Amino acid sequence: MAGWTGKLLRVNLTTGSTAVEQISEAVCRDYLGARGIAVRYLYDEVDPRVDPLAPENKLIFATGPLTGTPIPCAARYMVVTKGPLTGAITSSNSGGHWGPELKMAGYDLLIVEGRASSPSYLLIYDDQVELRDATAFWGEGVFATEDHVRRALGLPDVRVASIGPAGERLVRFACIMNDKHRAAGRSGVGAVMGSKNLKAIAVRGTGQVRVANAHAFMQSYWKLRHLMQDNPGRIGFTKYGTAATMDLTQAHGGLPAHNFREGQFEHYDNLDGKAIRAQRLVTNKACYACTIACGRVTRLSESAARHLVTMHPRNWQVAAEGPEYETAWSLGADVGVADLDAVIKAHWLCNDLGMDPISMGATVAAAMELYEQGVIDDTQVEVPLRFGSADALVRMTEATGYREGFGDVLAEGSKRMGEALGHPEVFMGSKGQEFPAYDPRGFQGMGVAYATSNRGACHLRAWTPGIETTIMDPHTPVGKGPWVADEQNRTTAHDNMGICSFTGATGGSTEDLLPCVVAATGVDLTYDDLLTIGARTWNLERLFNLRAGLTRADDSLPRRLLEEGHKSGPAAGVTVNLEAMLQPYYAHRGWTADGVPTPEKLTELGLDAMPK
Amino acid sequence: MVKQLQIVPRQCTGCRQCELACAWVQTGTFQPTHSLIRVHVFDEEASYAPYACVQCAEAWCMNACPTNAIFTDPTTGAKRIDAGACVGCHLCTLVCPYGTVFTLPQSGTAAKCDLCGGRPACVASCPTDAIQYTETDGTGSWFDEWSRQVQTCRLAMQPKSVDS
Repeated sequence: MAGWTGKLLRVNLTTGSTAVEQISEAVCRDYLGARGIAVRYLYDEVDPRVDPLAPENKLIFATGPLTGTPIPCAARYMVVTKGPLTGAITSSNSGGHWGPELKMAGYDLLIVEGRASSPSYLLIYDDQVELRDATAFWGEGVFATEDHVRRALGLPDVRVASIGPAGERLVRFACIMNDKHRAAGRSGVGAVMGSKNLKAIAVRGTGQVRVANAHAFMQSYWKLRHLMQDNPGRIGFTKYGTAATMDLTQAHGGLPAHNFREGQFEHYDNLDGKAIRAQRLVTNKACYACTIACGRVTRLSESAARHLVTMHPRNWQVAAEGPEYETAWSLGADVGVADLDAVIKAHWLCNDLGMDPISMGATVAAAMELYEQGVIDDTQVEVPLRFGSADALVRMTEATGYREGFGDVLAEGSKRMGEALGHPEVFMGSKGQEFPAYDPRGFQGMGVAYATSNRGACHLRAWTPGIETTIMDPHTPVGKGPWVADEQNRTTAHDNMGICSFTGATGGSTEDLLPCVVAATGVDLTYDDLLTIGARTWNLERLFNLRAGLTRADDSLPRRLLEEGHKSGPAAGVTVNLEAMLQPYYAHRGWTADGVPTPEKLTELGLDAMPK
Repeated sequence: MVKQLQIVPRQCTGCRQCELACAWVQTGTFQPTHSLIRVHVFDEEASYAPYACVQCAEAWCMNACPTNAIFTDPTTGAKRIDAGACVGCHLCTLVCPYGTVFTLPQSGTAAKCDLCGGRPACVASCPTDAIQYTETDGTGSWFDEWSRQVQTCRLAMQPKSVDS
């Protein structure tokens, strides 16, 4: 095989045994790679009703056929497991250099199962695989852990994926971090790793990634390079990072502020791409083979390094990564904080403690709403949780990572926190996962995209604002359902290649990537085949969720979005007409009115033999 | 003056396209461990730079080689290694002041940048023009400015006491 390595590494932490297995060519063709193949393995091997934090749940790291090649942004790997935040199947994507390194070591997939009896870390050096004792650095942050692992192994070139204190303490939105600042961020995959007593996975691969048709591959590679080099989207991302998006969402009243009570944030221009560049940017940074380099490397001023409440000493003078659009929103607009330095500090804390900044900020925002209502009072929290309080944001982020004081409540996520305090209405999310930075009242399509996303609210399964603000009317539900379903199939196929979804916005569409995949694998796929692969993956995830006990009722949005329009701004008075989008969505997917894939649809996708 | 690789570290984003292009030209596969240019990342200093042979005018590797396996290419001026004559003694890798002569994992022989016969692949593949093929003085003068910059960053990062 070319493109794929055709091998997976299975590590059982309970017994300490490891095995290398072949991945059948049929599975590679049917699911393409990364998220697709991993979903298939999870479906085959894990009971969907399993407790996500039990040893029976499995943690799958998966690369795609293009991961490790020089195709721009071929840096990605997917973490697939049952998510502790949602109780649904999840797939968290990360860049950096770890995924390509796993591929160079010779594996498409790494399946981690069972639970280690004591804190451990895994070393994969090509075909040498060892489980080692991690007691010495259990408790350390992600940055120190990476340094520690390299020192302990005496291998400066290993790439490390690890969890921080949040993953160890089973914070429900803990991440798996790699290359210090890159995150497989959402749904709590880090908590699953923590539940397995696995602190880190160090990988060194000295092998190669082969392509089937070298000449055609290099031709499609250079074509893509030229397409992206001159693309205005690429140039914008390089210069301003993803936070450039904030100008778009603010302009359309789709930038949620103060826990989704407003659709615009008055101080947005202190958090957007231009502000970050002008105030704190040191340089931009790329993942493996990435020609965009949207990563923001920032440094705090000396005075900023001193103020703001933290309890755990750290060196704030070093440069680190962040913020990007999602964090500038979640740790900024959503909590009402306009202080860029506070956003940067909270972001760095999330990276080092290993937490998803989207869920972190959104949970603090929900808590701030409850504090405002008097449901949470000063006896419960050490810092007043007022909207706009930089001190509250930074200290609560830290406290959540260590589960200290009220941080222990926040660590459960805003849905469980709301329910525990008797106010479930403050949860702004879907399937237990907090919304990212797009208000569906500004962009209707995001409503159905959030509600139907298999891993809970997500902006990467279908990102609608670009088209909705140029070609469509952002406030109508008409036509949005079927279109979002098609977009979900496309992005899923894109994910399955092992390519960053940002190539789509920077000149390298899924269609442009198709010849690269064909040349790399030697399999004669068409664009329709890609969309079918996307649909197959999506439907299999849906089947997993249905067997896990999720129903049509979980394809929902909070009442605030359905009934309360914004009082001002471009989207004033607009509410989300979810029902008008959901039924056409189901119909277009070939699902029943209750959102269950029909036998005909499953036969069409070759999923009829899967257990249901 | 001959043309050599001139590195502009402040333009490097650390994407490693150069490593992949080099490995492709040298081996026909995508295998960064076989690349003769290596991107070094100084995370906390926020600085990245690819290192490759600067083709020193007075090449220590060439002088140290006991089998005369290193010679000057008459067209490009690159210091090249005759793999057939190399016995894998590592002397060249030890004397290189820039650490840019490598030992290949499989053969055990030395390998270094040969400027791809005058059309360096790393230069063509760099998306930010951080590697340029220009006339230089042959001592890697780009390195001095960059090392000063990294050093300055390092000093700035030292936490200062609150009183100062």
